[in-house]
This record gives sequence, structure tokens and C-alpha cells, in this order.
Amino acid sequence: MDKSFEVVDGSNIEKNKLHKSIGNQVSTTSNFFINLLFVANCVLCIAPILLIIIISFTNEKELLVDGYTFFPKTLSLKAYDYVITAGDTIWRAYGVSILVTVVGTILSVFVICFYAYPLSRQVFKYKNFFSFFAYFTMIFGGGLVPWYMVYTQLIPIKNSIWILIVPYLMNAWYMMIMRTFFKTTIPESIIESAKIDGAGEFRTFFVIVLPLCKAGVATIALFCTLAYWNDWWLPLVFITDNKLYNIQYLMYQTLNSIQYLASGSAQFSESSKVLADMPSESARMAIAVISIGPIIFAYPFFQKYFIKGLTIGAVKG
Amino acid sequence: MPKSSSKTTVIKPNVNKGFLYEVKKNWALFVMLIPGVLVLIINNYIPMFGIVIAFKRYRFHGSFASSIIKSEWVGLKNFEFFFKTPYAYTITRNTILYNLLFIILGLVIPVAFAILLNEITNKRSAKVYQSLMFLPYFLSWIVVSYLAYSLFSIESGFINRGILSVFGVDAVRWYFEPKYWPFILTFFQLWKYTGYNTVVYLATISGLDTEYYEAAEIDGASKLQQIRFITIPLLKSVMIIMTLVAVGRIFNADFGLFYNVPRNSGQLYSVTDVIDTYVYRSLRNTNNISMAAAAGTYQAIVGCITVFTSNYIVRKIDRDKALF
Repeated sequence: MDKSFEVVDGSNIEKNKLHKSIGNQVSTTSNFFINLLFVANCVLCIAPILLIIIISFTNEKELLVDGYTFFPKTLSLKAYDYVITAGDTIWRAYGVSILVTVVGTILSVFVICFYAYPLSRQVFKYKNFFSFFAYFTMIFGGGLVPWYMVYTQLIPIKNSIWILIVPYLMNAWYMMIMRTFFKTTIPESIIESAKIDGAGEFRTFFVIVLPLCKAGVATIALFCTLAYWNDWWLPLVFITDNKLYNIQYLMYQTLNSIQYLASGSAQFSESSKVLADMPSESARMAIAVISIGPIIFAYPFFQKYFIKGLTIGAVKG
Repeated sequence: MPKSSSKTTVIKPNVNKGFLYEVKKNWALFVMLIPGVLVLIINNYIPMFGIVIAFKRYRFHGSFASSIIKSEWVGLKNFEFFFKTPYAYTITRNTILYNLLFIILGLVIPVAFAILLNEITNKRSAKVYQSLMFLPYFLSWIVVSYLAYSLFSIESGFINRGILSVFGVDAVRWYFEPKYWPFILTFFQLWKYTGYNTVVYLATISGLDTEYYEAAEIDGASKLQQIRFITIPLLKSVMIIMTLVAVGRIFNADFGLFYNVPRNSGQLYSVTDVIDTYVYRSLRNTNNISMAAAAGTYQAIVGCITVFTSNYIVRKIDRDKALF
């Protein structure tokens, strides 16, 4: 029953591989070249990220004279200093991102688990209908225009915090993963015996089912966290009020016009002075670095649960 | 106890007591479905019916419903208009060709990487490679557009200042020269997704039964023969499914890649404009609702056909892997 989940467990992958290579291994020469290929590829993956980190620590004057380089002559913390002291706009956007990610993830996990649970139950007669009701949204959509009209005219939550949360609350793909998880983890007999002990459906769900499915819930929660944190699409379409910019959208605006940052803090000090003092090139990259910070810190979790989720999805029931 | 419960479930369909009876008996399960159903209706189903906007000259009449009803019916006029513009051809061509390229490269490279990664003798370094390659997947397209900018910025980008100037080559105005962008876009698409796809195939490979390999080794099969005659045939079904799912979505471009990475530069539209970016610009920048709706509906309908076709093929190959 748990086999599908064990397969993805890191240690097991390791074991399998070792097992496989007991007999003949690739020759030392080919092993060397394979390693070389992957080292080169990893450098390619990491170098651009490293470059923006280095730029964010480079002296502003040097950036203007010499351009972006991997080996700057003078380092400086001025960009971060600026971001921390003068960047009200930045902290506000960071706050919006955190709020939306936390609230969005909690609500979304509830909506998805609530929807997936009945569909995993044998006794629920309409499970096929409701499964299709969710699947169908993956196949066909009305397109951008009617969707835009719904949130601007039918339910006018444009330019409110809710527009950054509501559209992503339900996700058919995550729902299917969760349904499979419930189905394979919870035997009908457990639910049956809880019922006999007098527990209602909701009590059974919260007290028995959810605690047994912690790994599945964690997987879905991380998927949602990543989707909300990395979102720039919803603000791009719906947000015009700059108080509601999230960090991704602020970065988008800043890349288009570097003055954007200064215009935010202009309300608090003389704009011309701020503009002249602002380490704009490096500050811009510093925001990018700050925005990927949480992802890098949580990366071990992300990686583990994403691989888990991938494989659960593959054993779709 | 479980036995009797399964018995009742089997019998129940025969004693069909209708929807209301079900709701009364399992009301809690229905209550659980409500939030999800509501979100799906608002976010997905109402917009589906909103597709009629494409057949109307849409004007705002106080509310969403009355706007749809009162707007003048123009039949296929919007589509006629859209297909007469030169954009219709350009964006369709770009969308399909880029997606085809991404599908092919997104199959060949990750499968090769997964097989090679699996053969590396030092498992610890294999793990490190996997982690580093997977990282780009977790970054947003906005961050990727920053990375691209730090490389391709005309005044200070690393490529112009750090590489070309060293070799005495004149700086290239990257964001104004269309000819480079098919390569740049493909590079960043691969940069972001190769690690992810490699992990998918690697997870499949590590799930394969080791007995096949043991038997092959006893028979004296070389590593290359094992890959050729065991690994690839066993990966085949996953490869076909992943590819067909991607083929089904061939009409949907990755908006983030095509909009953010070239920084929506007008000079590059001939090679960077895809259906999704065109629809967005028509709606939000030029405010041409009819055009945006026509292009969006065209995409939705053709996209739906491709999904159904590819799903039909998936079903023929492996029933369990079909989406529906």
C-alpha cells in the first residue's frame, strides 16, 4: 500500500542504485566524462544566480563603469543598507507576499483536502462526477478575457488582497494527488470503525484522516507555498494599486524602470537626494536576492516533497 | 466489520434512492465539496460561458451579466478581423514551433541526463548534481528575467562587458535584435525545466526492478546494452505519456518565458510573440477586448482539440495513464 511512497524516499533511491551497480560499473574514463558533463551543467545552472548575488554586493560606481562582473574589485553592502533603511516600498511588497503566501496556502490546503477527501471515499456515489468537474478545468478554459471580466465586473475584487489569493485556491492537479494519497493511505475500515465509535464525518476527517496523511498535506502545502510566493501573474493582470504589489511584481516594475524604487520612498524624503544616493543597479539585484532567499532556505524540504509529489502523481489512481 | 460495509456499497446502486437521499445520508461529504465547487465555478466555469464575448462587440452595461446579454451579437466578425491581421500567423507559428522544440529537447536531454546520472559511481556527487540542477525550477520567471538581464543588458551585461569586449567584439544590442532570441528563449526554457524533467525520469529509473539488470549482468550484457535494451524500453511509457501531455498543450505557451525574459520588447515581437502574450497585450495594453477574446477563444478551442486527441492516443497506449 505504501510502496509507491517508499520508492521515492531518498534513501531507497540510493539503495536501489547501489544495488544496481554491484556487478559491472561504467569504466573510470566514462565515469570521469559523465562527471565532467554534470559539473559543467551545474555551473551553467548556478552561475547566473551567482552573478546577481555578486552584483548585489558590488560597489555601485564599479557597476556603472565596468558593468556586471563575477570578480568585482570592490565589494559593498550599500545596496542592502539602502534596501533595509530606505526601502519602505520593498518591505511593504515583502509583507504582501508573506501575507498572501501564508493565508493562501492555509486556505488552499483546506479547499483541496476537503474536495479530495469525498472523492477518495468508496461510499461516495458522486465521486466520478465531481472528479470530472475538476478535471475538465484542466482541459478547457474560457481564456483570459472572460476570466478577467469575472474578477473585475462580476465579483469586483480587483485591487484587493483577495485577488492575489482566490484564483489559486483550487488546483485540479494537486487535488488529484491528494485524492490518491487519501485513497492509498486510509483504509475504508478505519473510517468505518470511527463511525461506529460515534465520530461524525468532520471529526473523523480532522482527528483520524488528516494526521495520518501529514506527508501528503505537507507536499500540497509546499506546492501552494511556491505557487503563491512566485506569483507575478495575478498582480500583472489585476493590481494597479501600488500598495498591493507583491515582491515579484515589484521586481517586475523595478526591472522596467529603476526609478520605481525611488518614487516609493520619495514620500518620505526629498526625491532628488534619494535618487542621487540610491545604489540603484545593485539594489535592484539585492531585491532579487532577497526574494529568492526563503526558497533557498527551504530548498531541502522543497526538493524532498516535490520528488514525493511527482511520484504520487505518477501512480494516479 | 469492513466486510459488511463493502457489501452495503455494492448493493446500494441497485436500490437507487436518488440524489436527495444521498445528500441526506452523506451530507458532510457534500459540505466538504462546497468551497472547491464554488472556486471552480467562479474561476473556471463562469469564464467558460464567457466565451460568448468573442462573438459579440463587448460593451460594459453596468454589470457582467447585462454586459454579456446587451452587447451586440456580431457572429464570427471578431475572428475574421483577427485572422486578417498579420499577428494571427506569427503568434500561431511562434507558439507551435517553440513548443515543438521544447518538447523534443525536453525529452531527449532529460532522459539522457537521467540515465547518465544513474550510472555515476559516486552516488553522493550524483545527489549534489541533482540538487543543483533542480534549483532553477523553483525560481519565478521574474527572477529568471533578472538573470537574463544581468547577462544581456546592453550597457552593463556580463556578455557584452565581460566576454565580447575582452575579444574586441562590438557590444550587441540584445533586446533589439530578434535573431538571437530563439536561442536565448530556448536556453532559459531548458535552464529552468531540464532539472525538473531529469528528476521525473530519474525517479522512474530508480523505481525499476533491479532483477532485470542482475539477469542481464549474468548474461554478460555491457552497460550500454543494458541501457539500450532494458532502461530505455522500460522508460518508454513514461516518455510517451509526458510527450503526449506536452503535445496536448502545444497551443499554450509559457507566458512568463515569452513576456518577462525578453522584457516585452516591441522590436522582438516577430520571434517572441505567442498567443498568450498577444491576448494579454490586446486586453491590458491596447484595450482591444474583441481581438483579445477572439484570439483567446481560438486558442481555447484548438487547444481543447489537441488535448482530446493526445489523450485519445494516451488511452490507446496505456489506459491508466489517460487524463480522462
